[in-house]
Amino acid sequence: MIFVTVGSQMPFDRLIRTVDDWAGRRQAPRLFAQIAGGDYVPRHMQWQRFISPAEYRRRIFESELIIAHAGMGTVLTALEFSRPLLVMPRRGGFGETRNDHQVATAARLAEAGYASVAMNEDELIGQLASLDQVAVSSAIASHASVELLSAVRDFISGDAQPSRDSGVQSHPFPAVGEELAHAKAA
Amino acid sequence: MATIASLDQRTRPARTGRLRVLAIASGGGHWVQLLRLRPALAECDVTYVSVDKCYRSEISPAKFRVVNDATRRNKIGLVLLAIRVAWILARVRPDTIVTTGAAPGYFAVRLGKLFGMKTIWIDSIANVERLSLSGKQVEPYADLWLTQWSHLAGVGGPRYAGAML
Repeated sequence: MIFVTVGSQMPFDRLIRTVDDWAGRRQAPRLFAQIAGGDYVPRHMQWQRFISPAEYRRRIFESELIIAHAGMGTVLTALEFSRPLLVMPRRGGFGETRNDHQVATAARLAEAGYASVAMNEDELIGQLASLDQVAVSSAIASHASVELLSAVRDFISGDAQPSRDSGVQSHPFPAVGEELAHAKAA
Repeated sequence: MATIASLDQRTRPARTGRLRVLAIASGGGHWVQLLRLRPALAECDVTYVSVDKCYRSEISPAKFRVVNDATRRNKIGLVLLAIRVAWILARVRPDTIVTTGAAPGYFAVRLGKLFGMKTIWIDSIANVERLSLSGKQVEPYADLWLTQWSHLAGVGGPRYAGAML
């Protein structure tokens, strides 16, 4: 089963239409699409507009591949279950979101090896044609980095640190596996 | 204006001996990121707040309250949201507010600061190239003001203290 999802906030017809056309052209595996308020209704996939958070997690868990927008809710959940992830970012210019922030997110995800990224429909079709090459990443922990958890915990318990500035330089998308090492060290 | 902290002690919720935390976020990725902070809140008496009643099942049996979501374009929605958040703060009386954005967290931090509560703003990991607009505007009211991207931290800017990944 392939799970195609645009998240709960806004429609993303460009993604749904491209995947649906692909599904219609070939013997595609079973697909389920969550399409939000989109105008385009899939013809070759099962679909629903919205699903509950519990069903969302279950569908990600049960799928062999997630095809999605570059929304961090979807990305974090897919990574938590170590599911292969193919993302196409929404574009601000098409009114798919307010700005191009997903383009930057997608680029970072690709760079860190967390997801395969298609920047447009043509790239998405290319990625779908060679599905076995979609990156499979190791699972991430089900929680934030130990560093961030400590910062929040210490602040709440009164060990407040100054909020401004930082000398700390590290990468928010650590190399795959580093996160698990962090968790074990804690 | 009287601050919440100065109100009659008898109206305060019963002390459980644990620090009270209000964890608040809008839906989608903001909520998923908030949930990833749960280990940091394990010792606290946490009330979660978000925009969809479906989310209750994810944090059960913890306390949960719903607010409306609103964007900058929906002025009436923003006013309703601010009133609802103020009401929740007055009822819950958290020691600390922690949020991953967006609009509900913005109002919680602004109003919470006014009420003398400690406030934490963690800008969403989705904001890679620049801080979110609400993240910028919340700066004077956030006691702990964090970005999840080290290249966005710096003098006069937010602090970087790790990320959701």
